[in-house]
Amino acid sequence: MTETSAFVPADPAPATDASPVVVFDHVCIGFGETPVLEDVSFTVAPGETRILLGPAGVGKSVLLKLVNGLLRPDEGSILLFGEEISHMPEQRLFPLRKRTGMVFQEGALFDSLSVRDNVAYQLIQELVPDEEIDSRVHEALHFVELDETFSLFPSSLSGGMRRRVAIARAFIQQPELLLYDSPTGGLDPVTSTTIIELIVKERDISRTPSLLVTHRLQDAFTLCTHRFDATENRMVPLPEGETDANTTFLMLEEGRLIFDGSLRELLASQNTFVREFLE
Amino acid sequence: MAIDRIERTAKQLVLTVQDYSWFAFRAFMNLWRPPIYWPEFLVQADIIGVGSLSIVILAGVSTGGVLALQSAATLSAFGATAITGQFVSLTMIRELGPVLTGVMVSGRNASSMASELGSMVVTEQIDAMRALGVDPMRKLVTPRIFSAIAMLFFLTIVADACGIAGGGLVTIFMNHQDGPQYFAMAWEHLRYPDILQGLIKPLFFGYILASIGCFYGMRTSGGTQGVGRATIQAVVSASVIIIFVDFFITQLLLSLFPAP
Repeated sequence: MTETSAFVPADPAPATDASPVVVFDHVCIGFGETPVLEDVSFTVAPGETRILLGPAGVGKSVLLKLVNGLLRPDEGSILLFGEEISHMPEQRLFPLRKRTGMVFQEGALFDSLSVRDNVAYQLIQELVPDEEIDSRVHEALHFVELDETFSLFPSSLSGGMRRRVAIARAFIQQPELLLYDSPTGGLDPVTSTTIIELIVKERDISRTPSLLVTHRLQDAFTLCTHRFDATENRMVPLPEGETDANTTFLMLEEGRLIFDGSLRELLASQNTFVREFLE
Repeated sequence: MAIDRIERTAKQLVLTVQDYSWFAFRAFMNLWRPPIYWPEFLVQADIIGVGSLSIVILAGVSTGGVLALQSAATLSAFGATAITGQFVSLTMIRELGPVLTGVMVSGRNASSMASELGSMVVTEQIDAMRALGVDPMRKLVTPRIFSAIAMLFFLTIVADACGIAGGGLVTIFMNHQDGPQYFAMAWEHLRYPDILQGLIKPLFFGYILASIGCFYGMRTSGGTQGVGRATIQAVVSASVIIIFVDFFITQLLLSLFPAP
């Protein structure tokens, strides 16, 4: 979206007055005898980007799937757009899910469909006219700088390109909430930076509330310490010591939420696990 | 220890049957509630129907031919080779046509359904579909089940026709018997209940093979190894259940339409 002319200030005041987009209240879930998440409570406010940190296997992806009802909690309640979804029937969840965009760990592109049909999946289901679909897909692919992949199939794309197509698919309907499941997992540093730049770009242009799962501290810190400069069409660092006030952190340790706060609070935390993770 | 294992296996079996029943019921009920994905029906009908045509024709012709060969050898001992046509047509239409078609198509399509859906599960494509607001049961499972039912019906008719034709070829060119007599016997002794019996069975078999293929595909876990496991389970279960259910349907239909 290089055409974007409006520069969005990188450090606006957090929108705390409006009701939260996501509310987790004492959520627990387990598979078989093994508890995965225990007593997890947090919120995602409008305009807020929350980065969920934690080592592999602590339940980060499970938590993300609970947000849009792909998994159901054993205990506790989850509010999505103000609606309790813990026990909501699947059919009633579909309209809510259409309002969220989700980027899966490996992209989860439909390998039998072209990039165009993948990105336009929701639009095709809604029987949007072909001309409109093509124009919106071109726009979404332009945003992720993959215009040339329109007619290609996922099998001919690299891992990073697949991830960017998945981001385009999540963005195309301009969702009210974005969920990123390890969007840079398994990618080389250069490609990871490209993906993070896209996320920063989306955050600073649309201010869509989002929840991002990662175990890569570098990506998390980049998100917090950079802004998207629309005039230069690239991500630039914030002035020394400044961070994006709307980007905050959560940390999981063995299924328990042990940290909820800003980057400064994270760096100042005396929790042993947090300290070990940061070092 | 052994008791524990038996108990665990029994519980797992009951749970699987319960899950399958609920799954099959939901897939069936989806046909009567929108949205219905008609293009998916056509795509699946093409894959299942047209795609399986060659193996069904081949199996039908061979089975009919073998039936004619075997029956002629036995019937000649009683001087009754004239009823070869009747024997082949009744056996094909009432029993072998539906069962063979069901087993052949389940080998080809229950496995492909399980592996295709299983791959989609392990690569999170099913979750992605749900996250995009589309119900995979409606989009993927229901069209496969109803296409399989419709296509198995027609494939069975093809298998019956090919079986009778194959029997005719053997009768004429290998057994050197009278062709018109074979076809006259094949036709004249057919009753409507025989045809009805042969055409009711594929409706059940189509439902069984597709619902089992989709069921095992959708509950795949454990990566690519899990996909392989799901495929094997789908083919074995579908084939065994088709043969098992055939016994009960035959018994029921024979009690409804007793032989004269």
